[in-house]
Amino acid sequence: MAITSIKNLKEFSTNNDRFEGAHTLCPGCAHSMIVRELMNCTDDNLVIASNTGCLEVSTAVYPFTSWDTSWIHIGFENAATAVTAAQVMHKVRKKKGNLKDNDAPVKFVAFGGDGSTFDIGFQWLSGAMERQHDFTYICLDNENYANTGGQRSSATPVGATTSTSVAGTHSYGKKEKKKDIVAIMAAHGSPYVAQLAPNKWKSMAKGFQKALETEGPCFINTVSPCCTEWKFDPKDTVGLADLATDSLMFPIYEIVNGHELNILYRPKNPIPVEEYMAAQGRYKHLFKPEYRHIIDQVQADVDKTWEMLQRREEARI
Amino acid sequence: MAEKFDLNEREVWDGNYAASQALRQADVDVVVAYPITPSTPIVENYGAYVGNGYINGEFVMVESEHAAMSGCIGASAAGGRVSTATSSQGFALMVEVLYQASGMRLPIVLNVVNRALAAPLNVRGDHADMYLGRDSGWIQFGAFNAQEAYDLALCAFKVAEDHRVRLPVMVHQDGFITSHTAQNVYPLSDEVAYNFVGDIVPVDDMLDFSRPVTYGAQTEEDWHFEHKAKQHKALMDSREVIDEVFAEFEKISGRKYNRVETYDMEDAEVALVGLGTTVETARVAAKELRKEKGIKAGVVAIRCFRPFPLDEVRDALEGVKSIAVTDRSSPGGAMGAFYNEVAAAMATSKSRPMVTNYIYGLGGRDLSIENCKEIFQDQKANADAGHITTDIQQFTGLRGPKLGFFKTARG
Repeated sequence: MAITSIKNLKEFSTNNDRFEGAHTLCPGCAHSMIVRELMNCTDDNLVIASNTGCLEVSTAVYPFTSWDTSWIHIGFENAATAVTAAQVMHKVRKKKGNLKDNDAPVKFVAFGGDGSTFDIGFQWLSGAMERQHDFTYICLDNENYANTGGQRSSATPVGATTSTSVAGTHSYGKKEKKKDIVAIMAAHGSPYVAQLAPNKWKSMAKGFQKALETEGPCFINTVSPCCTEWKFDPKDTVGLADLATDSLMFPIYEIVNGHELNILYRPKNPIPVEEYMAAQGRYKHLFKPEYRHIIDQVQADVDKTWEMLQRREEARI
Repeated sequence: MAEKFDLNEREVWDGNYAASQALRQADVDVVVAYPITPSTPIVENYGAYVGNGYINGEFVMVESEHAAMSGCIGASAAGGRVSTATSSQGFALMVEVLYQASGMRLPIVLNVVNRALAAPLNVRGDHADMYLGRDSGWIQFGAFNAQEAYDLALCAFKVAEDHRVRLPVMVHQDGFITSHTAQNVYPLSDEVAYNFVGDIVPVDDMLDFSRPVTYGAQTEEDWHFEHKAKQHKALMDSREVIDEVFAEFEKISGRKYNRVETYDMEDAEVALVGLGTTVETARVAAKELRKEKGIKAGVVAIRCFRPFPLDEVRDALEGVKSIAVTDRSSPGGAMGAFYNEVAAAMATSKSRPMVTNYIYGLGGRDLSIENCKEIFQDQKANADAGHITTDIQQFTGLRGPKLGFFKTARG
């Protein structure tokens, strides 16, 4: 695999680009940044599958397509299955020697939002991971069903208001904790899982390259700040991602072979989660005195997770 | 190279084994499957052929039937030959993705071993699952015995992959009665069978990177209608290709298939229209009634349920006085689905015969020769009286008080 070593953002932005700028994602959406990082980090041929979601509906509206590579979308839940079956077909046709270019390296990648990854497509993803296919699954985690108007997902964090976990006089919003998808995927015996963020673009590109290079099923959860549903100014997307990683709401780390945990970004002075929350409309209600304890609870959970990650990194088990 | 599989001129195979041999001979590249009774042996056998080197394909066991068909779509879009099998609840779970497969014009072959839909849970054969797929945009072939399950599976690949068609095909056989009953089957040699099916020539191949393709785009009110109309037209136009493929198959096998099969219809006064194994039972009943009572009884069977052969059904039944359409599926508060299609065909006829509906055989309840004779005799009574003498819809082989619904205004 021809991995390009990328030194700066300018170089990165002019790299091989198979994802066209013309799409209908919201201005300020981080999805396109993440997708471009993936597609620019390799020169190999790519077969991409997308679950139904923001990315899919915004990039392939007939008679247009934003994808200058092979791309398939079936339903809400089955991108992992589609792309891994295509990978099996590639194996068979390569063996039989009937591919157009039999020796060209090909990588297989599936994209899903958190709705399709954590919820409706969870079984399909789990099955594809268990079958040990050689592919990479990338979750574009914006913590809600943004494509259908901002309903809760099992990735929505405690305290966020969504259209189906509405904050009001009798509710502080979502009450259930976010599913730990990275740990669940590591528990499938995946050789490489990671959580990455587009503001940390070098570690993201490196993580993507690692996943594509690693044989077997790899999983990456990416933070994708959603200006529309998190309610912030579209120009602040990268700033929001900075707050997410610096507050450790989204710790950046990888787990190799299920046990070797490496923290990829260690903020010198972590900022309080309160600052991250204050920058978004979806947490606005938490700043009323009666819900103050929810912010404290989220901070305590973040501290505990950070402690756990550091200990696991040290223990190597 | 795959290992040589020794075949006798005459084999004793059940329907499942026959279908799996067709997959081997067609050199299917990828089977993505989830097991369900009674279709399980088809994919198990394919897996065993892979495991023993009889085929150079790959067998992928996934975690559900929805994933099985999703995988078939991904593999088919990647340009190779793809097949799977299912039944009943598994078929129901696949339904969402069946529409995607046909909408993307992917030539997948699905062997459906027909079985009842729960509740109550039932593993035996009826046609509830087949009817569930009738609007999914797939071509649907019906096999009445193991030989036909084999023959039609081979024909299915050739039809599906024809560039004038490019649509997925289901091959139906009855659960247990066909799938698990060993019968004489005359297979083709591997060479003759493969040459008949031919190499797959992919269209819009996801693995041809010189020409990137986008599968599964979105269309709203601006284009959706045109896409679906075009898909329907492709399905209707496949009739000609199916006829061609059946004619070619006759040349290599001596076995002739038609989209509508007719038996003893030349002078028939009454007829039974059926699907699946019912056809053979009805044929015996018709022959016996002709001998015993002089009733001019005939049978019309649907080989190709989709695209529905409306013109051929009408022509086959033109001039018959009273027709019984048999539905092996719970009608769910209406006339049987198959009845409605045949009745619609007869509404376009000159003779406008009487058309009645018999619900039978749900959950694997046996339909006997005697049951078929009773149905024919009802039709004879209608023919003699000049009007339908019973409720239009009746239940055959049902315990308890006689059930009947819907009346005629004629007579």
